[in-house]
Amino acid sequence: MRSTNIAPQLDRDGRAALARRVRPEDWSNPRPREIYDLVVVGAGPAGMEAAQYARGLGLSVALVERNQLGGNSLNAGSIPSKTLIHSARLCAQIRDAAEFAVSSPAELKLDFTALKSRMMRVRARIAEYHAVDRLQHDGVEIFFGDAKFSGPITLSLGTTSLQFKKAIIATGARAHPPNFPGLDEVGYRTSTNIFDIPELPQRLAVIGGGPLGCELAQAFCRLGSRVTIIQNDPKFLPREERDAAELLSESMARDGVDIMLNTTVVGAHAESGTKFVDGQNYDKKVSVPADEILLSIGRLPNVENLDLKSAGVVCDDGGVKVDEFLRTANQDIYAAGDVCMSHKFTNVAWVSARMAVSNAFENKRMRHSEMMIPWCTYCEPEIAHVGMQVWDAHEKSIPVKTYTVMMQDVDRAIADGEDDGFVKIHVRDGTDKILGATIVATRASELINEMSVVMSTGIGLRDLARVIHTYPAQSEAIRLAALAYEKDNPGRD
Amino acid sequence: MGEHTDHDDDALIDRLQRGAFSYIEKYVNHENGLVADTSRDGSPCSIAVVGFALSCYPIAVENGWMTREAAAALTLTTLRFFEASPQSEQPDATGFKGFYYHFLDMKTGRRVWQCELSLIDTTLLLAGMLTAFSYFDGDGAEANIRELADALYRRVDWQWAQDGFETVAQGWKPECGFLHYGWEGYNEATILYILGLGSPTHPLAAKSFGGWTMTYQWENLLGSDVLYSGPLFTHLFSHAWIDFRGIRDDFMRRSGGDYFENTKATVALHREYAARNPNNYEGYGRDFWGITAGDGPGYRDMRVDGRDRRFFGYMSRGAPYGPDDGTIAPWAMLATLPFTRDAALSGTRHLLASYPQVCKEDRFASGFNLTLPGDDGEGWLSDGWYGLDQGLLVMMIENAKSGLNWKLLRGCPYVISGLKRAGFDGGWLSP
Repeated sequence: MRSTNIAPQLDRDGRAALARRVRPEDWSNPRPREIYDLVVVGAGPAGMEAAQYARGLGLSVALVERNQLGGNSLNAGSIPSKTLIHSARLCAQIRDAAEFAVSSPAELKLDFTALKSRMMRVRARIAEYHAVDRLQHDGVEIFFGDAKFSGPITLSLGTTSLQFKKAIIATGARAHPPNFPGLDEVGYRTSTNIFDIPELPQRLAVIGGGPLGCELAQAFCRLGSRVTIIQNDPKFLPREERDAAELLSESMARDGVDIMLNTTVVGAHAESGTKFVDGQNYDKKVSVPADEILLSIGRLPNVENLDLKSAGVVCDDGGVKVDEFLRTANQDIYAAGDVCMSHKFTNVAWVSARMAVSNAFENKRMRHSEMMIPWCTYCEPEIAHVGMQVWDAHEKSIPVKTYTVMMQDVDRAIADGEDDGFVKIHVRDGTDKILGATIVATRASELINEMSVVMSTGIGLRDLARVIHTYPAQSEAIRLAALAYEKDNPGRD
Repeated sequence: MGEHTDHDDDALIDRLQRGAFSYIEKYVNHENGLVADTSRDGSPCSIAVVGFALSCYPIAVENGWMTREAAAALTLTTLRFFEASPQSEQPDATGFKGFYYHFLDMKTGRRVWQCELSLIDTTLLLAGMLTAFSYFDGDGAEANIRELADALYRRVDWQWAQDGFETVAQGWKPECGFLHYGWEGYNEATILYILGLGSPTHPLAAKSFGGWTMTYQWENLLGSDVLYSGPLFTHLFSHAWIDFRGIRDDFMRRSGGDYFENTKATVALHREYAARNPNNYEGYGRDFWGITAGDGPGYRDMRVDGRDRRFFGYMSRGAPYGPDDGTIAPWAMLATLPFTRDAALSGTRHLLASYPQVCKEDRFASGFNLTLPGDDGEGWLSDGWYGLDQGLLVMMIENAKSGLNWKLLRGCPYVISGLKRAGFDGGWLSP
């Protein structure tokens, strides 16, 4: 791989650009208004979305942030990880190039410093769309500092007091370090700081087989680390169905990830400069050597130091408690995003933020339980889902039938050599009403959006069969599933 | 090559059934009734193979391969061994709470390999005991068989095996307690729930079966409507003992099929998968299929004919989701005889005509892979034989021929009770 010596300069430029956009060094908070229509606490995806949407309604808005604009998504989550994953995917493609009649170099070299510089530049570029000056231009008044409630309609930043008619708490969540004996002593990383590592670790132990753990385990392995992933459940991605999780296991194993399922981490220790993660696989003890340990289990809502009690807002381990309409125990204060939602995804943060603003100011009665949330785990292949799982339908006594198309049978997937995976579309049995879909494919994150659209608009599987798709395209799998439905249910127009 | 293909269908089937049973004759320990897991030197006993053996003795009597007295004597020896063997939390016991360890020493009958107390393998053993309970209806030794089989079934503590959960654990070890490997979706466990629910002493909770079937998926897949499970054996094991024709649980009532028809549909799916052959494995086709649990070439990554290939050892393979490394179980096609006679015979004849090495001494090998060149260049072939394969094949052929094993357990009150508690009705279960 091509090495570059301009990485340090790019890195500095990227950092400077990012800082200008997410928290300028010379920042001074504005003089506050007497009262704001809306005060938003936290400037991650939910907070910024709420602020901008509220400004679009003509409301006066104060946006308060303790650290930097952008939250986890920009600074420690979605964007850095996807940048890393893209480089990792390239590495895998180069290694497999011979399958496509293209010779690959004898030795694949990775410039990890350059990769990190690119990560910084990507963050800086994306930050431009939500930068401080752009928000100011839109009329959002931004306050940096530690905020806490000092009453039911008052927020304090040091000596500054912000009065509000309504407030939205959008402080997000952070990695939740578990209490494994010895782990603090040997040191570990979480999603918050894994992207700060100075060099590619030779050996990486990943604790937790949820989405982020799987994504980063596979990505670091493809970049060249020796990776072991330790999961206490019998399968990865407990929220996904068996067939998807098993395909992912096979894919990670093919990449060379050492997989330890049914293994409970019991502690960590260090010997001769090497860290060891100690685990128990039923009656077998395991000890995994590592240069870096990544913990990817658990999230904790950011509610400390907000003095929620003085505002009459109730919270528990799951975060700020809200009703169906995202309203807290204080009728003038709402919450949105990771701080209150069980699905801690950026898209959920955006939608819940808009919902909170609409419910607060537009007399809407939008229920967060009615959100149709597509999500994706960005491994290879990607695993995406929207709507009900089969077991959800069974629990509600809804008869369900699944139309499945293997990517092995999709022309474009065959041509691209990307034929791992499947499209499953669940319908209410006897009808063409789509209840949910799971897609496992190289670009499942894109394909699932077609399913979201048709489900949101109420298009049934029969009508979907009549929609002309481009050919060849991986989305043909969706059309083939619809055709299978049509063949299975002829003449019911 | 011609020695098998010269026979007409019935003669071929008879010969292969007899050959499969000869495994049990050869590898049973007449002192205690234990049967070796494989034909390889030093193999321990698998309790599941003992369950198949107990189920095959009535077949042997009916086919004239054993006298009734000899079959009863061997059955009684087997039951007496399990009745007398130590049941405790000691790590070298034979069992605990009425269940048994998966693998036992062929002579002492004690646990080996620090293996698990296995629920599914105990179930298959119990199914064999209940087969004996139902078949041997005479006096003397036969009365003793009924008494012992009944007692051994009744002493199993199924409730303990739920470990406080809605569904059952998969195993237990004295060193670490229960094992929860996460059974999600349909698999071979139907008979486990039925025998567990049918117990008059320590039955599984009635809702346990519903808790398991909650994870079922009714899929239209490769043109077939199926309750999917990848490995073929998962569609066969419960059917070796229980006649699922026309009886339906709640899931099948909603889906409009039954488990017997589901296995037929699964055979169609496997044949379609083999015909499409998406991974371009050597040999695959409509008459070369049978992806299931079995021996494999061993864990290795290598480049074969310009493609990166990954091969596995003994494991559970499945279609179409995989894992699939080009290995088929040569016995599997014939084991589907009661469901799809034409497909079973067509595939078996093709295999025997083209690759006669897969069937030595009239017994099929556990695994065969044409993609990986073996020593002779004609594909990798598993050494020797596995008892599970042979026992299952004897039973499935007999069910196709006479339905003997199905008839026996259709008359077993515990099976009837278990089926009804699981919500099955209709067909032969109707009053």
